[in-house]
Amino acid sequence: MNTVKVMLVDDEVDFTEILQKRMKKRNIDTLIANSGKAAISLIKKEKIDVVVLDMKMPDLDGIQTMKELKKINPLLEVIMLTGHASLGIAKEGIELGAFDYLMKPIDTDSLIFKIQDAYKRKILQEEKIDSIKEIIKSRS
Amino acid sequence: MEIEIYGRIRGKIITTVFLFSLIPMVFLVFFLLYVQFDKIYTDKITNTLKTMVYNKKRSIDLFFEERIAQIKTLAYTHNYETLSNDKYLSELLNVVQSTSKSIVDLGIINQDGEHVAYAGPYKLKGVNYKNEQWFHEVLFKEIYISDVFMGFRKFPHIIIALMRKDGGKFWILRATIDSNVFNSLVQGAQVGEKGDAYLVNSDSVLQTPSRFGSQVLSKIDFLNNEVFNSIIDEKVLHLNKIFVGLSRIDIKKWHLVITKDGNEEMSQFNDVKIDAVLILIVFILIIIVGTFMVSKSIIKGLILSEKKKSMIDANLMQSSKMAALGKLAAGVAHEINNPLALIKESAGWIKDLLSEEEQEKIKNFVEYEKMANKIELHVERARSVTHRMLGFARRLEPAQENVDFNMLADQTVSFLESEALHRNIKIEKNLLKDIPLITTDTAQVQQVILNILDNAIDAIGKNGTIGLRTGYNDSENKIFLAISDTGIGIPQEEAKKIFDPFYTTKRPGDGTGLGLAISYNIIEKLGGKIEVDSTVGVGSTFTIYLPIRRIA
Repeated sequence: MNTVKVMLVDDEVDFTEILQKRMKKRNIDTLIANSGKAAISLIKKEKIDVVVLDMKMPDLDGIQTMKELKKINPLLEVIMLTGHASLGIAKEGIELGAFDYLMKPIDTDSLIFKIQDAYKRKILQEEKIDSIKEIIKSRS
Repeated sequence: MEIEIYGRIRGKIITTVFLFSLIPMVFLVFFLLYVQFDKIYTDKITNTLKTMVYNKKRSIDLFFEERIAQIKTLAYTHNYETLSNDKYLSELLNVVQSTSKSIVDLGIINQDGEHVAYAGPYKLKGVNYKNEQWFHEVLFKEIYISDVFMGFRKFPHIIIALMRKDGGKFWILRATIDSNVFNSLVQGAQVGEKGDAYLVNSDSVLQTPSRFGSQVLSKIDFLNNEVFNSIIDEKVLHLNKIFVGLSRIDIKKWHLVITKDGNEEMSQFNDVKIDAVLILIVFILIIIVGTFMVSKSIIKGLILSEKKKSMIDANLMQSSKMAALGKLAAGVAHEINNPLALIKESAGWIKDLLSEEEQEKIKNFVEYEKMANKIELHVERARSVTHRMLGFARRLEPAQENVDFNMLADQTVSFLESEALHRNIKIEKNLLKDIPLITTDTAQVQQVILNILDNAIDAIGKNGTIGLRTGYNDSENKIFLAISDTGIGIPQEEAKKIFDPFYTTKRPGDGTGLGLAISYNIIEKLGGKIEVDSTVGVGSTFTIYLPIRRIA
């Protein structure tokens, strides 16, 4: 069975650590990045399916980080976390291809559901691409 | 303070307009009427008078020349013997008088001064003139015209005497000038009702009567010798509005005086002056009224624009205040939400860990679990506060949202609940269930509700009830929120003004007087209306109507 690989990106170290423990307990494998830059370097090394991304971070903020991540892996699914429900940022994120957004403080169970949903979409997307590739292959 | 400023501006406008319109007019009137016209008129009267004096002087000179010529003719065409005959002399006088009435009598005087012959109305024959002054003058000058004197006839008269030398002897022909004829000749120059004309000799003694009382031979005193001596040709003097024309009678050392009353001469012109001044006064009044009206309308416009400006300023300030508050709320919410998330996750993690433990092995297991739940619960509570703040911040963005009016009213009241409680004000809600959603700007409507609630609390002060009722008017397709209070109420005549900007019953500094004005504006822009119904001592009800419409 394919298990989802999640990257938690937030400048709050404690938050990511506890979240990682809780995810692990629910059999979800997670990696931690405490800045946008760390997230970018990590995604180059590891195969990651879903990113839980805080929108407000020093240096690279959530939107910029998401742009960079999407450049490296366009099929990457992103769940945005916001400290305040800024409709503007949420809208911008969705337009850039984010899966959804959650407001802090989050409910862990809903986050897990969102992660699973995002992962499902990713797999569907990958299958679609594979089948298109096959069609192209068979035609050529 | 403001009224003072407007008063000052108004004063300036009035003064400026008044002065600038008045100065040229007054100047024109006074310059033309009192300087130019006066001068022209004076010149005109002076010239007329000069001509008159000259003409009169000429005719008087001529009169004497003619008389002298007449007498000379008589004297040189007759000899002493012929003229000494009274009868002949009388006939001669008749002939003379048939052509000219200017001579009253004729007389012949011999070299001893005896009146040898006389023709005329007086009984003068035989009178001796030896000691009379004129007798000596005529001997000396051969021809002599006298000043007016009484003589033997005891009546003022003028004589012309001529001496003829006949061999070693001489005799005198004397003629008396008719006073009436001579006087009327001089008085012919009396003009108008106050004009005068007379002759004076070098001692200022009247030779013909003055029109106003002074008889012949009395002295006039308002002209002295100095003036008379300075006369060369014709001269006109101005003495206290009286024009005095002067001239010398060459044949005698007499002076012709003709006076004209300046006031009389200028009476017509004075009427014009009075008319002009009256017209001027009317114009000034018109200008005053005009100036006041103009300044009033300017000030009115100024106050209006100032009010509009203040209104805009107040609106702007209000919205910038709200925007700042929104930003602050967003910042605070974000900063608090991060630690809240951490706390919640920590509590969750404790719960996760506890679920792995065996309950019996841990002494206080139940308490741990309870506390972890409590932490989660209170994080949730804190979250709801920050979300409310965020909701408030978000509402500042102009938006058209689908709004549950009941919820909006409920939420707004919650802001003021603690204050109401503090003042012992009960809030009664009577909200219509299943009220249709409306599409409107939540933040603005909330502000209006807040303003009205605020006023309601102020109107009550302490101990009372605020009622909230929502409803739906199907025919007008509107929903409404009625906010009633048991406050002091609004008098009928004041009710019209409460939506005017700057209308306030609060003490200066407590209220801007803009709350209801802004509210009115907001609701109007959103397509609704606010109505007020109030009874003094019972309370007021403000009803907000908003249309039900949906954005596509």
